[in-house]
Amino acid sequence: MQWTKKDVLDIESLSVDEIEFIFETAFGLKEISERPIKKVPTLRGQTIVLLFLEPSTRTRVSFDIAAKRLSADSIAIAAASSSIVKGETLIDTAKNLQAMKPDILVVRHSSAGAPHLLARNLDISVINAGDGMHAHPTQALLDMMTVKENKGRIDGLKVSIIGDIAHSRVARSNIAGFTKMGATVSVAGPPTMMPAGIEQLGAHVAPDMDAAVSDADVIILLRIQKERQRRFLFPTEREYAASYGLNAARLRRIKSDALILHPGPINRGVEIAPEAADGPHSVILDQVTNGVALRMALFYLLAGGVRDANVD
Amino acid sequence: MQMWIKGGRVLDPEEFDGPADILVQDGRIARVQPAGQGNEADFPADAEVIDARDLLLVPGLVDMHVHLRQPGQEYKETIETGTRAAAAGGFTAVCCMPNTSPVNDSESVTRFIIQEAGRLGYARVYPVGAVSVGLEGRQLAEFGDLKAAGAVGVSDDGQPVSDAQLMRRALEYARGIGICVISHCEEMALAGGAMNEGVVSTRLGLAGIPNAAESIMVMRDIALSELTGTPVHIAHVSTRQSVDAIRAAKAAGVPVTAETAPHYFTLTHEAVNAYDTHAKMNPPLRTEADRQAVIAGLADGTIDAVATDHAPHGVLDKELEFDQAANGIIGLETALSLGLRLVDAGHLSLGQLISAMSKNPARIIKKTCGLVPGLPADITLIDLSARYTYHAADGYSKARNTPFDGWHFKGRARYTIVGGQKVFDSQNHANL
Repeated sequence: MQWTKKDVLDIESLSVDEIEFIFETAFGLKEISERPIKKVPTLRGQTIVLLFLEPSTRTRVSFDIAAKRLSADSIAIAAASSSIVKGETLIDTAKNLQAMKPDILVVRHSSAGAPHLLARNLDISVINAGDGMHAHPTQALLDMMTVKENKGRIDGLKVSIIGDIAHSRVARSNIAGFTKMGATVSVAGPPTMMPAGIEQLGAHVAPDMDAAVSDADVIILLRIQKERQRRFLFPTEREYAASYGLNAARLRRIKSDALILHPGPINRGVEIAPEAADGPHSVILDQVTNGVALRMALFYLLAGGVRDANVD
Repeated sequence: MQMWIKGGRVLDPEEFDGPADILVQDGRIARVQPAGQGNEADFPADAEVIDARDLLLVPGLVDMHVHLRQPGQEYKETIETGTRAAAAGGFTAVCCMPNTSPVNDSESVTRFIIQEAGRLGYARVYPVGAVSVGLEGRQLAEFGDLKAAGAVGVSDDGQPVSDAQLMRRALEYARGIGICVISHCEEMALAGGAMNEGVVSTRLGLAGIPNAAESIMVMRDIALSELTGTPVHIAHVSTRQSVDAIRAAKAAGVPVTAETAPHYFTLTHEAVNAYDTHAKMNPPLRTEADRQAVIAGLADGTIDAVATDHAPHGVLDKELEFDQAANGIIGLETALSLGLRLVDAGHLSLGQLISAMSKNPARIIKKTCGLVPGLPADITLIDLSARYTYHAADGYSKARNTPFDGWHFKGRARYTIVGGQKVFDSQNHANL
């Protein structure tokens, strides 16, 4: 298969074949990170700019390591050090960056649609590393990759996503991704966290947490955001944990081969008990490992994939 | 200066509809002579003749809700470019909202606007002053001074009067002055979003604004209108619930009037689809059910007026992240064509549309309007069969922020006449 897309902005714009191709490429590249010398020259001479206008450590580091493993030169720009704080518009900032001839721009932004705005205005490839509440396609791809790696398939699985669906770009991209790949997706959380029309996006709304997790093959827990202004969504973390936390009692009732995923960072004792995060069902750290391979795959495909990534 | 408008169909809703000639003298309508009555010798030989065959003559259109941006934001629009856009859209009069810089909460700003518009002469401009000083929602503006200077209404448009006591006092005080109170209905605690709350906002990950953010305030203002016995005019109605509330209030005898904008009866929230900031406005584009309710409200008279909420912005206000972009679209040059789509689709009679765009808003702001001898000769001549493609870049407005760029339309203003002066000619843009 030949890769033809210029940008990766959301899951909706990827085809099933393209997603399978990304997985195939990522599984092939994963082994590089296991080598003593974790670097191939594949993208030598390519420049990747990581424009992170919203705080992020894990995702930025994952993209950065992915670039370096392929020998691309990467430069990370954070909100505090960007010209945006000096009043420059996003398009101007990006056009200035483009004038320095990078090959790929990775952007994280607090405004939904910001990567789409950039993709329309730039000739270089744009990867969405998370835009507001809209999309986080690389997270969904690495989540699906992790499920595929552990289950051998995605088609036909039951996936439940628990938590603040309304404010979660991870939930939106995972609903789009898993349904596209043939899974059935349920969501659960207090009604304050359920967005309007979520069923029209293909997700079934489970009546409660127990219904959502009891027969699920895959359980994705979302972080309860303490740091953002989320007014009146739930009374206390204690009550949230009791109603929607994956605690030890609920853990005993999930399917024996169910997978537990979490995009991180986790709030131990709130949405996830330590027994769940550290137990045999958990693939949370596999997600992080796969994230590097998945992002290497996107860089490789967007950069043209001209050379065999596996040769050193 | 005399003008003989010859051979057209004259439509003054609820008064007259038929072929007639109109004679204009000294800026006023001197005679309306139905075809077959009298003879050509009754018309002065030296009058300027306008051939109105195949044209519809209606009372000059009145847009009771525009933003002309002057003073203070002349890079977006000026009184000159805004009134030229009005004339091109068939409007002979517009009401400009007070959110200029400085805010029009004073006699001096009101006088400046009227003087500038009068000097230019493209359209009558009736300023709307602020309800509260600086639009800050704390203290009543000087309605008496505003009225004396020529303001026809007061509104804190752009933001609601959140304090119910201030709104009550504004209505009571306005009754004594005799000035119209226009309400931008929005419950701010519910309205923190960037578009309509629904499946599209969920898909796009944009914070939503529920219908209730508008209708709660509509219901409050209806209650306050009833309490004070004072008319209240509801601006830019966008939701089914607001239409229902206004319909019920009118049936109960509450003196409420309402307007909607062409985009609310033409588009839905689906227009936002690819983060198109030209589909971002406040209130936001709603669902198909709301759009249908707005049309039904126009059809049964619940909604009295079509007003554009013409909101010019520069490229730098719109070429931004969606949630950062400014609210609003321009509308003066597309409103009539969009309204005629409702007539073509059978939702409104031609008379209903013309009433909603001329006589009804004029009545609300207490101005005369009609094709009757003695009234000022403010006349819009419409070519109902003209087909054209609207190009925002060719428009008179300084701004280009419209979702209708490139739309194909049927029906537009052919000539616009203000006080007996031809201020727009669709086939001769140069010499006016």
